[in-house]
Amino acid sequence: MRAGGSASGAGAAVEISGLIKRYGRTTAVDGLTMACGRGEVTAILGPNGAGKTSTIEICEGYRRLDAGTVRVLGLDPADASLRPRLGVMPQAGGVPPAARAGEWLRVVSRFYAHPLDPGALLDLLGLTEHARTPYRRLSGGQQQRLSLAAAVIGRPELVFLDEPTAGLDPQARHACWDVVTGLRDAGVSVVLTTHHMDEAEKLSDHVVVIDHGRVVAEGSPETLTGAERQLRFRARPGLNLDELLSALPPGSAAKESPAGHYIIEGQVGPQLLATVTAWCATEGVTAEDLSIERRTLEDVFLELTGRELR
Amino acid sequence: MTTLDFSPRPGAAPLPRMVLAQAGAEARAMLRNGEQLLLTMIIPILLLVGFSQAALIDVSGSRIGFVTPGILSLAVMSTAFTGQAIATGFERRYGVLKRLGATPLSRTGLLLAKTCAVIAVEIVQVVVIGAVALALGWSPQGDPLWVVLLVLLGTAAFSGLGLLMAGTLRAEATLAGANLVYLLLLGLGGVVFPLTKFPDGVRPVLELLPITALTDGMRSVLENGAGFPTGPVIVLACWTVAGLGLAARTFRWE
Repeated sequence: MRAGGSASGAGAAVEISGLIKRYGRTTAVDGLTMACGRGEVTAILGPNGAGKTSTIEICEGYRRLDAGTVRVLGLDPADASLRPRLGVMPQAGGVPPAARAGEWLRVVSRFYAHPLDPGALLDLLGLTEHARTPYRRLSGGQQQRLSLAAAVIGRPELVFLDEPTAGLDPQARHACWDVVTGLRDAGVSVVLTTHHMDEAEKLSDHVVVIDHGRVVAEGSPETLTGAERQLRFRARPGLNLDELLSALPPGSAAKESPAGHYIIEGQVGPQLLATVTAWCATEGVTAEDLSIERRTLEDVFLELTGRELR
Repeated sequence: MTTLDFSPRPGAAPLPRMVLAQAGAEARAMLRNGEQLLLTMIIPILLLVGFSQAALIDVSGSRIGFVTPGILSLAVMSTAFTGQAIATGFERRYGVLKRLGATPLSRTGLLLAKTCAVIAVEIVQVVVIGAVALALGWSPQGDPLWVVLLVLLGTAAFSGLGLLMAGTLRAEATLAGANLVYLLLLGLGGVVFPLTKFPDGVRPVLELLPITALTDGMRSVLENGAGFPTGPVIVLACWTVAGLGLAARTFRWE
């Protein structure tokens, strides 16, 4: 975590307390409390329908809250004086389909007092050769990058990115990450939502996991994944883990997920490693890709939000 | 890779710069859109040429002198009402209005920009239609000041109705509705068919339509050289107040 950044207190970029948002009978956000530090990257994770976009759109001033308080840079989100200070990248759309990419970005830049150079921004995001292409003819990834460009062109203090890398190919994802890192290094606060755990792990200082409209966990990626280690290896699918478990110290856990990938949790040390490899020898299997790692954010996420599809 | 200075330096541009940028974008969009050009340029010019050259209607004076003011009124309606309603309806649908709401351009600024764009397109229309009419032997009468007043008031009245439609209906319904209204008002509002051809019973009703007020006023000035067009100005002013007032109350931005 960067010095000076704090996820709470009066200096926070975004402070949300007891936020409730209902649509008819559905409660999308149900008493959510969280804060995003200044100069930090905050990632909001959550399954589809967890309330991420509702929360972000309330912060952006698009939606009204039903209860609770939201402060953005210390102000009410509806405050018009916030508009030049915020950068917004919606989940999709927002650009006239017939508008040419370069022209549209230039128009948006004219709304700000000290905008970045639209040409340089197109260049940075690999859109220069598409500057004359109408928005509707851009690929999904190109549309996303143009939208990201528009979010940062006004040199904002705080940027909201709603699923900025959804549907991007690896090159475009890296270009987007470079922008987020560049923003952070320049002292811009970034709040983003994502479904990519590796993205949250790599980019963010602070992770907030929300589900059913509430915060279920938050902290730095390191604190969330914890100090606990796992032993992982690959072998043929369908090994009987009960025998292994009986040989392991009490409190250990073993699972196969997905097929052929084994994860052993517990007091991961020399003793456990020896027990596992000895068991593998009696089973006549060679443990491949054997490694001792920290849990990933994805493990934590699935543990918190369950495995059912929604 | 280029490096850019992302360090925060927020600030809104001065309002005139924002409005001009957005107005330019909207005017370009209108002039590049094929369907829009059909309504704003091609149909009016075809009607102008057709009805002034062929004896399709029976008027007392010169045909071009009768038809041109009607076509200029149609041009105002096509841009301020039909074009604006359809464009704004789809801007709402595609989240463009919502996205603009996150920029320093205020709603007032956006409406100013739309108005400037409509007027810019109307200037192009008046120049093109006027040139074609002059080439066909048109000799306009009257004070240009009253023409400008009528065009501006007509623009305000039709903009109100267009935004009312775009801000409340789905984009597809606006598309269909705005085209239908265009056709109806083209037929009923004295654009090319003189109002005297309609039965006496319906004429007083037709005279209250905004398009009829506009064609009436334009004809009284441009064809007959009349002074301040009091009646049409009152009718158009009423439509402006009603249309813009209702639109302001009902417009949904997304």
